[in-house]
Amino acid sequence: MKIKNVLKSAVFGIFAVSGAAHAADVTLNALFMAQAAYSEDDIRNMTADFKAANPGVDVNVELVPYEALHDKIVLSQSANGYDVVLYDVIWPAEFAQYKLLEDVSDRIDEKTREAVLKGAWTTVEYDGKYYGMPWIADTKFLFYNKDMLKKAGFDTPPTTWEELETQAKAIKDKGIVDYPLVWSWSQSEAAICDYTTILSAMGGKFLDADGKPAFNTGGGLKALQYMVGTLDDGVTNPNSREYAEEDVRRVFSSGQAAFALNWGYMYNLANDPAESQVAGNVGIVPAPGAKGISKASAVNGSMGLGIPSKSTHKEEAWKYIQFLTSEKVQNKYARLSLPIWKASYSDPDVIKGQEPFVNAAKTSLAVMAPRPTMAAYQEASAVLQEALQNAMLGTSSPADALDEAAKTISDMQ
Amino acid sequence: MITHRKTVTAWLLLTPMIVMILGVSGYPLIKTIYFSMTGAKLVAPDLTDSWVWFHNYVRALSSANFREAIWHTTYFAVISVGAEVVIGVMVALLLNEVFVGRTLLRAMLILPLALPTVVNAMMWRLIYNPDFGALNALLVQLGMLDAYRSWLGDPATALDMVIIADVWKNFPLVALIALAALQTVPRDLYEAATLDGAGMWNRFWRITLPAIMGPLSVALVLRTIEAFKVFDIIYVMTRGGPASSTKTVSFYVYQEAFAYMRVGSGASYALIVVLISACLIAGYMYLIRKHGEA
Repeated sequence: MKIKNVLKSAVFGIFAVSGAAHAADVTLNALFMAQAAYSEDDIRNMTADFKAANPGVDVNVELVPYEALHDKIVLSQSANGYDVVLYDVIWPAEFAQYKLLEDVSDRIDEKTREAVLKGAWTTVEYDGKYYGMPWIADTKFLFYNKDMLKKAGFDTPPTTWEELETQAKAIKDKGIVDYPLVWSWSQSEAAICDYTTILSAMGGKFLDADGKPAFNTGGGLKALQYMVGTLDDGVTNPNSREYAEEDVRRVFSSGQAAFALNWGYMYNLANDPAESQVAGNVGIVPAPGAKGISKASAVNGSMGLGIPSKSTHKEEAWKYIQFLTSEKVQNKYARLSLPIWKASYSDPDVIKGQEPFVNAAKTSLAVMAPRPTMAAYQEASAVLQEALQNAMLGTSSPADALDEAAKTISDMQ
Repeated sequence: MITHRKTVTAWLLLTPMIVMILGVSGYPLIKTIYFSMTGAKLVAPDLTDSWVWFHNYVRALSSANFREAIWHTTYFAVISVGAEVVIGVMVALLLNEVFVGRTLLRAMLILPLALPTVVNAMMWRLIYNPDFGALNALLVQLGMLDAYRSWLGDPATALDMVIIADVWKNFPLVALIALAALQTVPRDLYEAATLDGAGMWNRFWRITLPAIMGPLSVALVLRTIEAFKVFDIIYVMTRGGPASSTKTVSFYVYQEAFAYMRVGSGASYALIVVLISACLIAGYMYLIRKHGEA
């Protein structure tokens, strides 16, 4: 990084001598993810707008896969590498414990607190303090292929998980598609998000009132049994066990699935003829509920922008964050990621052309279930990921797999 | 007297080098050993330092997951290095023959080596893809497979598939070293052996193999150390999945130290790996020296 900067200033130096270039006073290093939500193009365009409005501030944008994001933020700490980082809703507890992120509670005024969705705030809040601004308000939605449902004789998409399985079976039996369901169930956080969605629908809890693991009973166990059941029935694509979000989008967009659970960004991409063979046929509804327990389900998959505590350009960094999270910018780029602002959801420019997405979001964002808030979340999640995989690959029963994971996590605490 | 002065001069001349080595690898090593006996965390290590003696080591060795990771690593190292040596020597023997296009083929041998590991891993991920991968297409069209299947998503095949990708990239190193060694074997030895009635097989075992054994052992040592440290290809291809069936010790150490931020126990895991590597190297050194004396 350092050498790169030296080289860069050397190159710019030459230009400066020739009197051609204007050197920036401050250069911000910003870390984003290249997966779901805003696309790389969106982020670069927003940044270009910011630079145009703020002469003297330059921004280096770096994008990494979601899987590398956490470790990058942690490892860059000793080298004070970044001024702005994108982080996931599950990390603030850990980051707060190690003081990795700047507490920006004082920078957020009452008006802003009121104007942003309540669920979005939970992304950046820990222990009463704010560690940045929410940026991506997102959850998993149920996508469906309208044609396939019609062919199988269904007028409406399913509203419960049981109904989803029934419809999927009918679609498979009629030979419309080999595997009607596709999910992101690889050994990764994506699988935990799918599991959390179903767990919350079935009334499960990750931790009980004493903070001890409780996902191995009740709704938590039922959720995994449901997932394994759809694999056993042959309605879930068996390759789901090695898929991440982009694989799900690819399979669904190529017409190889009738249903998919994925983040909101897939709606406009799957309806884009350049990206998809099923454009125009894509429906979106909130993830189903469970009979007698819930009407819809969702997982809090939001992400926020924060300032690493070692940054030396905190003022400029905050300016950049304010710009990216502003209502104006978010409304402009609302095609892949819906804004965090309440008012945006009645803004005709945001709604236009994506009414089903916005409607589904209104329901889903209100019922988002959190993943457990714990400092050792990364490790607990890894344990649970392995348990899910063991059950889905059939090396262990759902009950045994979850019992073992619960025991490991409880020993860890 | 002269020898004494020579010794002093030698040490004087070596001093800058020794200082460098101590600074670059001695200090970090001692620091790692120190960390391995503390409960240090990656961030704010000063706040969380606590002396725990050998607790980290006890925990590491009693962890079933860590032992499993050692098993995966050993399997990976033995199978991949074994395959690389066998294929490498066979290819070297072929390229040692005189035929049209030999130079071109020899040049092409470098290609896999020139690929960065990450690129190689991405490439094989595409080949193994369960929906449109070339491997599935090939096997189905040849009639060896009924339907497309998942290779990296199945714990029964995932590690072997990673090994194939690794062997493809690394066998040329063994082949190059073997090929270079083959050039030094005198032709008349073969002629004499043929006159004495030795067959192809006999000539290989009695002349070729002993002649290239020295350089080949060097390749073997290098590849084994590398294979035991395997990390990047795993990180890109499977990230330890499915169901942790491809989690190797280096991946385990990475996770412990950088994802879970436990530098203390991460250091103890790393030192256990170093110890195993050191034993392997010592064993090889012994073998090579014995071979040299014979």
